[in-house]
Amino acid sequence: MATFKEFRNNVKPNWCPGCGDFSIQAAIQRAAANVGLEPEQLAVISGIGCSGRISGYINAYGLHGIHGRALPIAQGVKLANRELTVIASGGDGDGFAIGMGHTVHAIRRNVNVTYIVMDNQIYGLTKGQTSPRSAEGFKTKSTPEGSIESVLSPLEIALSAGATFIAQSFSSDLKQLTALIEAGIKHEGFSLINVFSPCVTFNKVNTYDWFKENIVNLDGEAGEGYDSSNRLAAMTKVMETNGLVTGLIYQDTKRRSYENLISGFQEQGLANQDIKLSREEFEKLAADFV
Amino acid sequence: MISQLSWKIGGQQGEGVESTDRIFSTALNRLGYYLYGYRHFSSRIKGGHTNNKIRISTQPIRAISDDLDILVAFDQESIDLNAPELRPGGVVVADAKFKPVLPEGSDARLFAVPITAIAEELGTSLMKNMVASGASWALLGLPIEVFNQAVEEEFGRKGPAIVEKNVEAVKRGAEFVLEQAGGPLEEFALEPADGKQKMFMIGNEAIGLGTVAAGCRLMSAYPITPASEIMEYLIKKLPKLGGTVVQTEDEIAAVTMAIGANYAGVRTMTASAGPGLSLMMEAIGLAGMTEQPLVIVDTQRGGPSTGLPTKQEQSDLNAMVYGTHGEIPKVVIAPASIEDCFYDTIEAFNIAEEYQVPVIIMTDLQLSLGKQSCEKLDYDRIEIRRGKLQRELPELEPNVLFKRYELTEDGVSPRSIPGDKGGLHHVTGVEHDETGRPSENALNRKQMMDKRLGKLNNLLIPEAIRVDVPHEKPEVLIIGMGSTGGTIDEARVRLEQGGMRTGHIQVRQIHPFPTESLKPYLDAAETVIVLENNATAQLASQIKLHCGFADKIRNLLKYDGNPFLPSEVYEASKEMSKVGHI
Repeated sequence: MATFKEFRNNVKPNWCPGCGDFSIQAAIQRAAANVGLEPEQLAVISGIGCSGRISGYINAYGLHGIHGRALPIAQGVKLANRELTVIASGGDGDGFAIGMGHTVHAIRRNVNVTYIVMDNQIYGLTKGQTSPRSAEGFKTKSTPEGSIESVLSPLEIALSAGATFIAQSFSSDLKQLTALIEAGIKHEGFSLINVFSPCVTFNKVNTYDWFKENIVNLDGEAGEGYDSSNRLAAMTKVMETNGLVTGLIYQDTKRRSYENLISGFQEQGLANQDIKLSREEFEKLAADFV
Repeated sequence: MISQLSWKIGGQQGEGVESTDRIFSTALNRLGYYLYGYRHFSSRIKGGHTNNKIRISTQPIRAISDDLDILVAFDQESIDLNAPELRPGGVVVADAKFKPVLPEGSDARLFAVPITAIAEELGTSLMKNMVASGASWALLGLPIEVFNQAVEEEFGRKGPAIVEKNVEAVKRGAEFVLEQAGGPLEEFALEPADGKQKMFMIGNEAIGLGTVAAGCRLMSAYPITPASEIMEYLIKKLPKLGGTVVQTEDEIAAVTMAIGANYAGVRTMTASAGPGLSLMMEAIGLAGMTEQPLVIVDTQRGGPSTGLPTKQEQSDLNAMVYGTHGEIPKVVIAPASIEDCFYDTIEAFNIAEEYQVPVIIMTDLQLSLGKQSCEKLDYDRIEIRRGKLQRELPELEPNVLFKRYELTEDGVSPRSIPGDKGGLHHVTGVEHDETGRPSENALNRKQMMDKRLGKLNNLLIPEAIRVDVPHEKPEVLIIGMGSTGGTIDEARVRLEQGGMRTGHIQVRQIHPFPTESLKPYLDAAETVIVLENNATAQLASQIKLHCGFADKIRNLLKYDGNPFLPSEVYEASKEMSKVGHI
């Protein structure tokens, strides 16, 4: 069985020193080893942005696609070969701005993909513009007088869209993050894990210290008596904490994944099945048109 | 006895025009006639004039006719709009309910049949279609048993009582009209057909069947006219073969999901029309850059923007050939018949995998939706070629990746898929090296561009151009693409009868352009007419760009939403041939 070291490669990430994305990379590597995967059984599909580079920094199959489209690509991979473990990953701009349409529909569709968002509340790779996750009043190069749009709450949207697994974590909490990614991989259906991943270069407001001060952690005292199977309680908790809550927020273990609801869909990956029609199968299909 | 006949039914959309046409033509197909259908419809579900026209022949036909023999009308509007098309001595069968009148000056024969009244008497006005088709069938003097068999197939699953009622409706419609006409109309007596079994389908169904035969097991798509039938066909068939269709949130998701699934080793396609193709452009670049196989069908309709969504056009050629930013290898093939729709679809999947490129199958509304006879499709011609896909690979050394983008002589690299141990590699839309890792190195950039763009240097599909040029030096060579081939054929026959030496070529490989195949024919012809359903002569531009001969090329363009008629091509060709060289 592979260890987390076997999910490492020799590529040096182009992230800034201190970037929150480093621990997310490490958490994915650890979680993959902990659930017993071999590198070839994992496909990491990423979007565009600083965080989108992650698929190249993990020793597994990886596809770095186009901006905002990691989720449809990842769902295509999973439907083509459900024997694989598929992780989709990208930033808050990728998932909640340009790709928001796909995020909501991937949640509803519930294909068994784990989606890890590296949420730094800003556009980093383009050098500091506002994101849907930037707070009102947040000053950036594109909002010199402060953002005048309201901040988007991905957890509330995910709950409304019928998510079956919602978690949130913080890149300083490697232990919690690793455990949540493991749980997300094991979950039957789509799992959304939003991770606060501070941008040390362009975001001087939502810093490591700021998160430490403001986060409510359900794995601590704040989580006592919290029932993650209660959707209403989850919504209340998210709203009460202004979205600054970490841990497993909500999980529905009853709803089957998309793959398990497709009629006739087999356990064996489609990619491993024979594709040639027999003469008999073909003649039967052709008979529709006689 | 006659060898061909045109029949049309018109009414309000949602009134049973479609089902009347379906049963009538199914029965004709059983008798072995060649059929060619044309649907005139609007972008709405209920209301608005719609009509379906079928041409019936004892010989293969692939074009709509210039005129009309029999019109079945559910309302006065159908008569007013379509009577001018009737040939002298044509027949109108109309519902007596609306007190039909022929337009002034018309010499057609009108049979007012109480279509609605008979249907209501039998229980429901929904059976109007049965009364109407029964009346038309009777006028043609064709055997009623065959028609009743088609009725039984249409309604069998609803139980024998329903079948019986519909058969009765057919009978009553037939009896009424025969009494009025004094028996079947002799001038419409069709020669017996060859009785040979033919298939009868729309292009979209042929593409759907080809898709299944090609081993495609996933489709991701977003509904759009006139492509949706492909998706609807596949959702009925793929689950029985272990696959499925995903209706995505938009065409961007459709195409990127297909890219993901192809990357993971399953033949996957999407289908759309112009607006969807526009949304797919960035992703098509990703497939080109990352060398993923991908099959897209573009069923062209009237553009730009929402344009004429239910009308004929061939105006996406430039978008298909040039679309996406930057430069990628891409294949565009244009089936020119219903049989092509099937075989070319299979070939598209093979090319996509052999060359690891996006392949666009270009159809147009008339080819996609026109229901027509099709020679029996041949199982033995189905071939699946997966190119350099490798499933059994030796283990990799630590920290070494599979060279997914290895520089090879033909530019095509070995391909592995996720899950396979020795094939671990990275894929990125960023410029990359042989292992798929990002690289901005100038030499690498040039090598990779040359590798990708050179892959298609020698691509020539079977019958890249379909040639019907019986003369060494034709006075007129007519060139078309897509559904227009049958119309050109008919015009050509008339031109030849008038003593003109003519030729016809249907271009089936649009990109990369089959320059060397076409050049000698252009050289030999005195005048070349390029016929296309668009306003800017997109096919002619490709021909001039690649082959030259601009001085002898004339444009025959139609972009009013309707297909060309044989007579239009005939007249225009006569006119253009006179002009000679500019």
